[in-house]
Amino acid sequence: MSNATSPVTLLKEMLRVRRFEEKCAELYGAGKIRGFLHLYIGEEAVAVGAMQALQPEDAIIATYREHGHALARGISAGVLMAEMYGKYEGCSHGRGGSMHIFDARMRFYGGNAIVGGGLPLAVGFALADKLTRRPHLTACFFGEGAVAEGEFHESMNLAALWQLPVLFLCENNLYAMGTALERSESQTNLCEKAESYRVPVRAVDGMDVAAVMSATAQAAAEVRGGGGPQFVEFRTYRFRAHSMFDPELYRSKAEVERWKQRCPIKTCTERMVGQGVLDAASVAAIEREVDEEIAAAVSYAESGTWEPVENLLQDVYTARAT
Amino acid sequence: MSAASGQSAKITYREALRLALREALRRDERVFLMGEDVGRYGGSYAVSKGLLEEFGEERIRDTPLSESTFVGAGIGAALNGMLPIVEIMTCNFSLLALDQIVNNAATMRHMSGGQLSVPIVIRMATGAGRQLAAQHSHSFEGWYAHIPGIRIVAPATLEDARGMLWTALMDPDPVLMFEHALLYNLEGELAPDAGPVDIDRAAVRRSGDDVTLVTYGGSLGKTLRAAEQLGERGYGAEVIDLRTLRPLDMGTVLASVAKTHRMVIVDEGWKSGSLSAEIAARTTEDAFYDLDAPIERVCGAEVPIPYPRHLEEAAIPQVPGIVDAALRTVSRHV
Repeated sequence: MSNATSPVTLLKEMLRVRRFEEKCAELYGAGKIRGFLHLYIGEEAVAVGAMQALQPEDAIIATYREHGHALARGISAGVLMAEMYGKYEGCSHGRGGSMHIFDARMRFYGGNAIVGGGLPLAVGFALADKLTRRPHLTACFFGEGAVAEGEFHESMNLAALWQLPVLFLCENNLYAMGTALERSESQTNLCEKAESYRVPVRAVDGMDVAAVMSATAQAAAEVRGGGGPQFVEFRTYRFRAHSMFDPELYRSKAEVERWKQRCPIKTCTERMVGQGVLDAASVAAIEREVDEEIAAAVSYAESGTWEPVENLLQDVYTARAT
Repeated sequence: MSAASGQSAKITYREALRLALREALRRDERVFLMGEDVGRYGGSYAVSKGLLEEFGEERIRDTPLSESTFVGAGIGAALNGMLPIVEIMTCNFSLLALDQIVNNAATMRHMSGGQLSVPIVIRMATGAGRQLAAQHSHSFEGWYAHIPGIRIVAPATLEDARGMLWTALMDPDPVLMFEHALLYNLEGELAPDAGPVDIDRAAVRRSGDDVTLVTYGGSLGKTLRAAEQLGERGYGAEVIDLRTLRPLDMGTVLASVAKTHRMVIVDEGWKSGSLSAEIAARTTEDAFYDLDAPIERVCGAEVPIPYPRHLEEAAIPQVPGIVDAALRTVSRHV
C-alpha cells in the first residue's frame, strides 16, 4: 500500500469511507440494512491513516464500528455492502453483517461486538507470530470504552510481559456509547494506563490523517524492531449517533458542531487546495469516482443472493470428511 | 511410548494425560501449553509436571491470573496457525473466560461464513468430592454443552485420558475437555500401544438387558459399581459413557434403550436445565414408545456444594442412589 501515502490517495480513501457509510445510513432508512449499524463518520482519518503503516501479512482486529477499517484494508466496497445487506456474496456470506466483517485473505479478523473482546485475540495472534518467528505484527483497534474492561488491562500486561508484536490502536472518541470518559474513568489519561504496563505510548490528533499515518508508522516500526507492543491513542470524534437509535442526550449540538469544524476530510481537502495540490475540478473528479464506486457496490449488493435456508446449520462445526 | 515389552503398564489418569500432552508437543511444533502454573509449579493437579524441563518456556507457558486473556490469546493463536492447549485450573475459573469461549471461539467459524477455524483445546478440572465447598466444586460441562460451535469431551477412562487430546487437537473446531478432579489419581492398566481415540461416539462400558445407565466423566466409576450391585440382585444394567457431551451421540443411547426399555441418567450437574434433562427430553422425543417406565435422573442436589463431607456426599450422585433409581425403573411397568 505504499502508493497510498500520497495525500490525494489518503483523501480519496477517507471519502470512500464517508460516502459508503452515508449510503449505509440511507439504506438503513430504506430497510435494506438491518440490525445495529455503527457509523464511523468523523473518525475516518484514524482507520485510513493507520492502515498505511500495515503490511499485507499483518493481522487486523477491529471493533463493531469497522466498516472504515475494512474498506481501508482493501475489502471491496461491493463485497462489504453485500455483507451489510446480509447477502451470500458478502465477505462472511452475510452471516455476520455490519458488526462482523471477516476476510481471511486480507487478514482482517473482525468485527467484534463485545467491547474489549478483540484484545486477547490480538495477543494470541501476535504470540503465534512470535512463536513461529514470523516478522508480522497484529494491529488491534478498540475504542476508549474498552479501557474500562478487564481484558484491556490483562492484554496490555500479557503483551508487554511476553514482548509480543501488538500495535494497540485506541480510538478515543470521548464517549463509550453515551458515557463520557470522565464519567467512567478515575484516570482519564489513557496513555498513563498503558504506560503503567510498560508499553510505550503516543497520543495523536486523530482528525489529522497525516499525523495518524506518521505516528502509526513510527509505532509499527518499533514493534517490527522487536521492541514489544506499542500503544497509540487517537483523539477523534464520532459525528453521528452511536448506532441508529440514539437521541444523543449525552452531548450538546454545539460540541458536535465544534468537532465537525475539524472534519478530517474537510481540513485535508482545504489544506491540499491551499497548497495547490488539488483544485475544485480534481476534487470533483475524486468525488465522482467515489460516488461511482459506491453506486456499483450498492448494485452488487442488490443483485446478490440470499443463502439458502438449507445452509442454516453449515459451518457451526467443520464438516467431517467421513 | 517406549513400552517395547508389549505389556500393559500401571498408570494413573494424570500420567495418561501427561503422555498425551507429551506426544502432542513432540508430534507437532504448532502445539504449546498455556495456563496458570502449568510450568514451574508443574500444574495445579501435576498433569504437566516435567514438561517445562522437556519443552522449555516457549511451549510450556505460565500465564498471569488472567483467564479471559489467556483463553482469548489461545483462540487468537489458533486462528493464526497454532494448535494451543490452554489449561484452566478448574472450570470454576472458566467463568472468567466465558466471554472468549462463547462469543469468540464458538462463533468465529459460523460468523465468518466458514472462513475461520479455531483449533484450540481448552482443558479444565471439574466436579465435587474433595470438600472444596461451593465455589470450587462446580460441574459446568452441562452449561458448555448448551453452546453450538464448541465440542465438549469428558474423558472418564485411562484410554480416553490418553487418547482424546490428540484427536481434539486435530479437530479444526474448539474442544473443551472436562477432567473430573477425582479421576486424576485413578489407576489402572493401559495398553502400551494406546493412542488417539475418536471423540464422536459414546461407549458401552458394560452390557446389560434390563436397564440403561447413562453417565459420563466422574460419575462413570460410581455408575459401574451400581451396575455391579444391580447384577448381584439379578438385573443386567447397561452402562453408557457419553464421552462427548456435545454433539451428543444419542444413537448409542437410544439403541440401548430400545433393548432395555428403561433408563437412568447419572449427572453430577444440577438437575434443572441440565445435560440429564436434555438426554431425557431427546429420549422421550425419539424413543417414547421404547420406554417401559419413566426415566429416572440421579443428579446434583439443587444447592451450592457444601463443605462438610456428609453434606457434600448427599449433594452429588452416589452408588446407593443410582441403585435405588434403577430398581424403581425395573419395578415399574406400563
